[in-house]
Amino acid sequence: MNTAFWYASRATGIVALLLLTAVLVLGILVNRQGRLPGLPRFAVTDLHRNLSLLSVAFIAVHVLTAVADTYVHIPLAAAVIPFASGYERFWLGLGAVSLDIMLAMIVTSLLRGRLNRVLWRAVHLLAYASWPVAFAHSIGSSKDLQQGWMLVLALGCAMIVLAAVVWRLAHSARQVPRAGRVAEILSQRAVSR
Amino acid sequence: MAERLRVNPIQCTGHGVCAELLPELVMLDEWGYPVIDPRPVPPALDRDARRAVAACPALALKLTRSEQPARSG
Amino acid sequence: MTAVVNQTASGGAARQAAAGLPRLLPQAPEDLSAHLARYGPTPYRGQPNLLIADVEASGLTGRGGAAFPVHRKLAVVAAAGPRQGRKVVVANGAESEPASRKDELLLRLAPNLVLDGLQLAAEAVGATEAHLYLHYAPGPQILRALAERASRGLDWLGVTITQAPPRFLAGQEAAVVNRLGGGPALPTFQPPRVSERGLGGAPTLVQNAETLAHLALIARYGPRWFRAVGTSDEPGSMLTTIYRPDARAHVREAAIGTPLRTLLGEGADVQAWLIGGYHGTWVPMPAAAGITLDNASLRRFGAAAGAGVLAALPSGRCGLAEVARVTGYLAAESAGQCGPCLNGLPRIAAALAELAGPGHRRRTVADLQRWSGLVEGRGACNHPDGTVRFVRSALTTFEPEIRRHARGQCSATDRRPYLPLPDGLPTREEDWT
Repeated sequence: MNTAFWYASRATGIVALLLLTAVLVLGILVNRQGRLPGLPRFAVTDLHRNLSLLSVAFIAVHVLTAVADTYVHIPLAAAVIPFASGYERFWLGLGAVSLDIMLAMIVTSLLRGRLNRVLWRAVHLLAYASWPVAFAHSIGSSKDLQQGWMLVLALGCAMIVLAAVVWRLAHSARQVPRAGRVAEILSQRAVSR
Repeated sequence: MAERLRVNPIQCTGHGVCAELLPELVMLDEWGYPVIDPRPVPPALDRDARRAVAACPALALKLTRSEQPARSG
Repeated sequence: MTAVVNQTASGGAARQAAAGLPRLLPQAPEDLSAHLARYGPTPYRGQPNLLIADVEASGLTGRGGAAFPVHRKLAVVAAAGPRQGRKVVVANGAESEPASRKDELLLRLAPNLVLDGLQLAAEAVGATEAHLYLHYAPGPQILRALAERASRGLDWLGVTITQAPPRFLAGQEAAVVNRLGGGPALPTFQPPRVSERGLGGAPTLVQNAETLAHLALIARYGPRWFRAVGTSDEPGSMLTTIYRPDARAHVREAAIGTPLRTLLGEGADVQAWLIGGYHGTWVPMPAAAGITLDNASLRRFGAAAGAGVLAALPSGRCGLAEVARVTGYLAAESAGQCGPCLNGLPRIAAALAELAGPGHRRRTVADLQRWSGLVEGRGACNHPDGTVRFVRSALTTFEPEIRRHARGQCSATDRRPYLPLPDGLPTREEDWT
């Protein structure tokens, strides 16, 4: 039974990492008003939201199976209280940090209509911290990911996230500030007469 | 009580999700910004209207209870 | 910029004096002593409701452009927010309409009237803070007036002066509150109205400087006195800023209901009148020659008095060139916060520039109509609405000229710009603070 739990925890962990990669990329896509080919705009927003909830479901199984596995002792609380586990204190602690951020993001997003807009945005921006921490947790606590095609997979996710973030930052850098927007459109009109 | 859809034009950045989810009441202008039917939301569309409000990435779409507010100076 | 002269009576002086004009503007700046000698002390009521009832009976409406009933605004602010909570009153002297000079003149000649009004309004709503919002750095008259009033203990509240940036939207009430709060003078989305939740969340009364001056006089002489001039539906007098080819630009106080001919001249060689400033309405001459300065009459031509800017466009000028210049200014002064305004106004301005030149594409007028319909009502403030009113009335009034231009002709003989516009358009964030 223990072995089954252990395998389940590893597997759900990897799937969770893949899902979180997709969620982050989709989040950036929403912000940039990007489209997924052949799909309506609301597909991007809905996928982003639904996959984030699915990720949490996978993480829940990932955590519960790890706790249920009695080969090593991991208290359930270690899932959300960082560095509370005796086993692999540091790497599991990172997982807890990442999960804490994710839970804050999800709770604030569910209450979005009622919350201060600035607060929601500040918490949501923590995604950019949550993913690298989850990534570090994945590589650090799983021997699987440290070699072979799993490592390639993990690095592939990192590359994708990096590319998406660079794309996002490039847009920010290029974006005309509010005070210059009208002047920009006026100059376009002058040219395209 | 009559409910109407309103958009906060400062928050709106023209994502266009509202027009996809509620084409009966929202159209996009030639620049991608929503043109909203000012009449009260018919009860049959109430659920779709709430879905559109929740789906707006900028949280710019709102469902308000009051009558058409007067234009501000 | 030609100096603005105070013209309180010209021709019909006897008629005006008998009718109770001028009311607001003395011939020379009046310091506190002169003000007190003429008007007596500020007639504080001791409790709010008395003044609001008098204001309601007087029928005073806002003189900043929107003509909203003043007593209603006072009542909303007085009732809003928690008891004993913070409340703010603001004297709006931003006068962001570039062609308007009346508030500047009023604050120079009779600052104590405006400041009286501010204090009386503060008492009426139970304010805890008072502000004076000015377009330019406060002049010596205002500073002296405030200092003298403070030393004599005349003011119920201390007054904080804040300078507005030279933006067209800087006087919009949400922009005023935004600026007073330390932010840029940009409109915000309403609801909630600033009278319910304004500066720092407190109910805020934003009232035009001239309106407060009228209020100060109503508090002394009563609503019947106020109604002695004007019409029964629109009582009182208002300050107008007048542009006509046969005189220098000047400010003149006029009874509401005064025939515009009296103010703008008989219009022998005038092709059109602009009523209400750059968010106002063009009316053709001589068709509109009979209009009077009251909204009931103006409405028949789709016009409203606004903040009292009245301009007579001489026949020798190109109306389309003037409209294109002003619309270019209005487009550049957009806050750029709302998609429709940001996208629509520059396109409208470019199309008008095309109409002002020789020949134009067939679709230009149709584009103009479409864009006008698209921006109207879809901004957070009424900048697109006012601009569209200005443009639509121009398209109607100058329609013969549009046809002439399409054939490559222009009836203008004088190419000099007529309507005043400020230099310097906003390009950076600092231009809004």
